[in-house]
Amino acid sequence: MVALENLVFRWPRQPAPCIDIPRFDAAGGERVFLCGPSGSGKSTLLNLIGGVAVPERGRVELLGRDIVPLSGRARDAFRADHIGFVFQQFNLLPWLPALDNALLPCTFSARRRQRADSAGGPRAEAERLLARLDLAPALWRKPAAALSVGQQQRVAAARALIGRPEILIADEPTAALDAERQRAFIDLLLTESAASGATLLFVSHDARLTARFDRVVALAAINRAAAEGTV
Amino acid sequence: MRAVLLLALQSAWARRLTLGIALVAIALAAALLLAVERVRHDARASFAQSISGVDLVVGARTGGVQLMLYAVFRSGSATNNIRWESYTGIAAHPAVDWAVPLSLGDNLRGFPVVGTTAEYFARLRYADARPLAFAAGRPFAGTVDGVFEAVLGSEVARQLGHRRGDSIVITHGMAALGPEHADKPFSVVGILAPTGTPVDRSVHVSLEAITAVHLDWMGGAPLPGFSIPAEHVRKFDLQPKEVTAVLVGLKNRPDVFRLQRHINSWPDEPLLAVMPGVALDELWQTLALVERTLFALAALVVLVGLAGLTATLLAGLNERRRELAILRALGAGPRDIFLMLTGEGLLIATLGVLLGCLLLAAGIAAGAPLVQAHFGIVLSLRPPAGNEWALLASILATSLCASLVPGWRAWRMALADGLTPRN
Repeated sequence: MVALENLVFRWPRQPAPCIDIPRFDAAGGERVFLCGPSGSGKSTLLNLIGGVAVPERGRVELLGRDIVPLSGRARDAFRADHIGFVFQQFNLLPWLPALDNALLPCTFSARRRQRADSAGGPRAEAERLLARLDLAPALWRKPAAALSVGQQQRVAAARALIGRPEILIADEPTAALDAERQRAFIDLLLTESAASGATLLFVSHDARLTARFDRVVALAAINRAAAEGTV
Repeated sequence: MRAVLLLALQSAWARRLTLGIALVAIALAAALLLAVERVRHDARASFAQSISGVDLVVGARTGGVQLMLYAVFRSGSATNNIRWESYTGIAAHPAVDWAVPLSLGDNLRGFPVVGTTAEYFARLRYADARPLAFAAGRPFAGTVDGVFEAVLGSEVARQLGHRRGDSIVITHGMAALGPEHADKPFSVVGILAPTGTPVDRSVHVSLEAITAVHLDWMGGAPLPGFSIPAEHVRKFDLQPKEVTAVLVGLKNRPDVFRLQRHINSWPDEPLLAVMPGVALDELWQTLALVERTLFALAALVVLVGLAGLTATLLAGLNERRRELAILRALGAGPRDIFLMLTGEGLLIATLGVLLGCLLLAAGIAAGAPLVQAHFGIVLSLRPPAGNEWALLASILATSLCASLVPGWRAWRMALADGLTPRN
């Protein structure tokens, strides 16, 4: 589902690459915990998989398709169609109601809109997800900025899941939550990604959260650039 | 793409206070620039329309512009009059088709009183050679029995609420609150149709009437202990001794230079004859510097307004880094982000310009009567025309340039940040 091969990325005017990954694979439906301290090239790796950054060389194969040679526009469309993102915090457009935030991917991607349609329509799907993620219906119409951080993260998860994208990427999604809520949020994410059959890449520096994942991968173990300490 | 634009609108709405201030600044600036252009254009049009078919304007020797101002536009006052014999001499010249004398110096509640002959109504033309028309009544008779008859311009009648048959009392001098000729009231016998020229603001009476009201006056005040009742004025010789100016029409226009030279070297007193078109050109040349300065200032104000818009958008951009990253994650490309920011700037500028046009229209609707009353300039309430479209287009073109800056910054930011902004 996700396959990286001989992937090298270098920032402009930097002598050494910050990403140098000979090989990384994640199977369909697999839930992988990518572990690494900040500065180990996590953000760059996510930008590469998201098709926002272009590697110097190598392959980024998603759903069996190498996205590197695609045009910028095609990579943007691919990302919209097949990848759901949850970030650290400030995931939502603060002025948009929670429900509309969750619906955003359906306005950007016809494919995800269609898949939500088959689940009863985008709005119904968003409401179902928000309910499953335990967000009180009274909050759905409130602007995202009026919600607590924990509530915002659950809306962000609903947004990532809507239209059942094949790949879910979570970048430190629990950093702003307290320990108890961290566990609850990870449980939600794992359950929901299992329910939608998505491949989950969970990136965090916090090794305490690894418990329920299928596989734990240290970024330093796959990224030669990080291992050599040249980041 | 449509999704991005819709979100851009919603995002702009969320920041409506700051954007609204930038919008109002642009609206005021655009209204100012348009107003300068409108006043310039309409002033020229008003002046150029005021007189038509008059080949020469003759008065006491003074500046050509000044002569035009008081004789045609009824603004300012004459320093000197010319003798009646000079008028009859000009009128009798073989090249002259007609000559209409004007005697100025009194007013009706601020509106100038023009002593003239009944020929005035037949000869005077405005705009593209249109004759004066009566909305009601007839010209003053100009006979011994009809001395105290007056014909009002349309604005005078409208503003003072006078109708045919009303009695009016004129005031001596050009100040509205001067001494009144109360003992010799006039009756309104006619009201002219609107022309959009100074005629609308004029009160027309016969030359004899001007002489009659001043019979018992000397040096600008009533003679103490001496008064001549209105019913007795017919016993006096009412032929005026002086007039203020003469409007002259020629039999053959090519004679105009010859006659002008002849009048300018009049043997009995110093006279000045000007061609209205030439004098107007002189007036515009005098005003050109003022016009250009005003225009440059207004253009500068527009630039300041647009700079404010750019600054507002740029300042907001840092706070919106997260927003842009989220849009990127959802599938928006750098190009979409660029379009979103540039479009936002352009939208604000366009709305500002539209609001500016409305402000201008409101300003003209409210201020036009005042401007016409004080300056004789008819400001027209109409959609933008001619030069104004060019101005609007250049404001929008400039605002496009101003909006490219935040657009370009956002584009760079989107490329550099990717999915993870650095704040």
